[in-house]
Amino acid sequence: MFVRGLKRKCFDGEEDIEGTLAGIKAIPSYNLQRQSLLDMSLVKLQLCHMLVEPNLCRSVLIANTVRQIQEEMTQDGTWQMINTQSTGQASLDRLVSTDILCRSSKEQAEGKHVPGYGTFNKDFEGDQGQDSSETMSTASSVQAPRNLQSNVWEMENPQENKGNFQKSLDQIFETLENKSPNSVEDLFSEVDNSYYDLDTMLTGMMSNTKMGHCDGLETFSSPTNTASNSNCKSDLNELDHIVEILVES
Amino acid sequence: ADIISTVEFNYSGDLLATGDKGGRVVIFQREQESKCRPLSRGEYNVYSTFQSHEPEFDYLKSLEIEEKINKIRWLPQQNAAHFLLSTNDKTIKLWKISERDKRAEGYNLKDEDGRLRDPVRIKELRVPTLKPMDLMVEASPRRIFANAHTYHINSISVNSDYATYLSADDLRINLWHLEITNRSFNIVDIKPANMEELTEVITAAEFHPQQCNVFVYSSSKGTIRLCDMRSSALCDQHSKFFEEPEDPSSRSFFSEIISSISDVKFSHNGRYMMTRDYLSVKVWDLNMENRPVETYQVHEYLRSKLCSLYENDCIFDKFECCWNGLDSTIMTGSYNNFFRMFDRNTRRDTTLEASRESSKSRAILKPRKVCTGGKRKKDEISVDSLDFNKKILHTAWHPTENFIAVAATNNLYLFQDKVN
Repeated sequence: MFVRGLKRKCFDGEEDIEGTLAGIKAIPSYNLQRQSLLDMSLVKLQLCHMLVEPNLCRSVLIANTVRQIQEEMTQDGTWQMINTQSTGQASLDRLVSTDILCRSSKEQAEGKHVPGYGTFNKDFEGDQGQDSSETMSTASSVQAPRNLQSNVWEMENPQENKGNFQKSLDQIFETLENKSPNSVEDLFSEVDNSYYDLDTMLTGMMSNTKMGHCDGLETFSSPTNTASNSNCKSDLNELDHIVEILVES
Repeated sequence: ADIISTVEFNYSGDLLATGDKGGRVVIFQREQESKCRPLSRGEYNVYSTFQSHEPEFDYLKSLEIEEKINKIRWLPQQNAAHFLLSTNDKTIKLWKISERDKRAEGYNLKDEDGRLRDPVRIKELRVPTLKPMDLMVEASPRRIFANAHTYHINSISVNSDYATYLSADDLRINLWHLEITNRSFNIVDIKPANMEELTEVITAAEFHPQQCNVFVYSSSKGTIRLCDMRSSALCDQHSKFFEEPEDPSSRSFFSEIISSISDVKFSHNGRYMMTRDYLSVKVWDLNMENRPVETYQVHEYLRSKLCSLYENDCIFDKFECCWNGLDSTIMTGSYNNFFRMFDRNTRRDTTLEASRESSKSRAILKPRKVCTGGKRKKDEISVDSLDFNKKILHTAWHPTENFIAVAATNNLYLFQDKVN
């Protein structure tokens, strides 16, 4: 009926599992399924940006599903398990990793989840006793703007091949900081806009064997260099938007 | 572009309007009963076709605005002409459909073929006379209500005062007067100050059929809010809040998505309302907010397939639902060109199929059944064989008689109760 590469089994099947042995077996497969659902959702959100004007209802429902999965994963402590390093990495790395996420490749997703959620994880560790997702989301949303601001300063390290990209990113973060209604609205409404060529970006990413800091940025700057400033802004707005969704939850 | 996107009977049931993805409106008219063709009563023939909306381009956002007709709503007939509202994502138009079966002949200043006559040659005056002509049905746009919605319009609803109507998009609901196009009042606004906090959108809205101050709107979280316009100008505070508590045993990652309400319809008597979510139809008593009075499973066999349906986006399909004239039966669509009817009194339900093979003219539809597991009986169809591209999203029931219109992608099917 449906031919895709992802695993087909549904989550609802877990209710049928009985016995500890089966239960133990179910846990890793449940995590795997949950992860693939998360990846699928992120791809859907990213693809949303490709359409002429995506359905806001659909986007909101998918975003809520993503948030729900992340909350559950945090409660499970799965975040902690896969958290390797949460030291300050440039946010550009996080943006890069967000894109790799959207390739729906599980390994990369699991590996790259780390930098994006480093800060969020700190919150969780600080609030060990509190399980309520509300507290967590409040804490993280407070963290998010601060996180972004710190990223702006972190990125000021001069790197020649980041010129254009850097400036545009700064522009966007400044807009975010101002929190003027229009710009914030643009974040979500410009979910619709897309001159962003996912194919080009993915091809660019794929061709780089070493996914180092600079390489990732180089491939980023190639599509953006050709596009106009406003296109660049909207492209990054969307990436930011994804980060926002992930980070604030 | 021929995909039907909305179906609506008018108040008398004599006219049936359909809107499609290409922005066209096709109106069918019921054949009048006549002695020479007794069986022709009940047939609907094309009455008028016109292009309601054209594709537009929003230069500011560099986005195309689809011409697809999202909803058509008729106005009650007040004179010889018929009026309807049709809307795409951004603009609502009021159309006047009128008949012309006479034309004037014998003008003084021009010939029969329209050429101007030389005034010098006119020797005498005559009064033009009206002569019959072939019936011509004209549709003309009388009002255009534009630029009031930032987001996609999903519903329009004419008020029982027949002077105002509401239009709802994902985040806002506006109140219009039918005569005034340059102004509308915002009556509901659920847009958060920070768009990143957006978690809920408006999915449908409708005015109460009798109380002109009451309307409801449904949300993507499975809740319905009833608002009274007398209480405040901005109805962000609801008067009633309808939500069924979630069943913790059936919770999954898809719970919220399948609880999203795709359609809400008041009963004709105004005492109940019906909501359609992905797997079920619920009937609510307006006086009871904590749970629906009736719940009908449309295609429960899909619950185990939600993962796949999420992957292919079918889980986001918006099915509509409708009442019959007596509010005793409700109808909604499903996949594989199946549609379901639930009799509220007998609690019996039927599954029927709208397809060319099973719908020969005058043939009685055979009830269908979906096999949910185990041995498949003859004539049953298994869940895996269902065609998810053949979905019936739009259905309509004649206001007084047992006539139904079912839209299956780009085909319109009309069924009637057995005539003895």
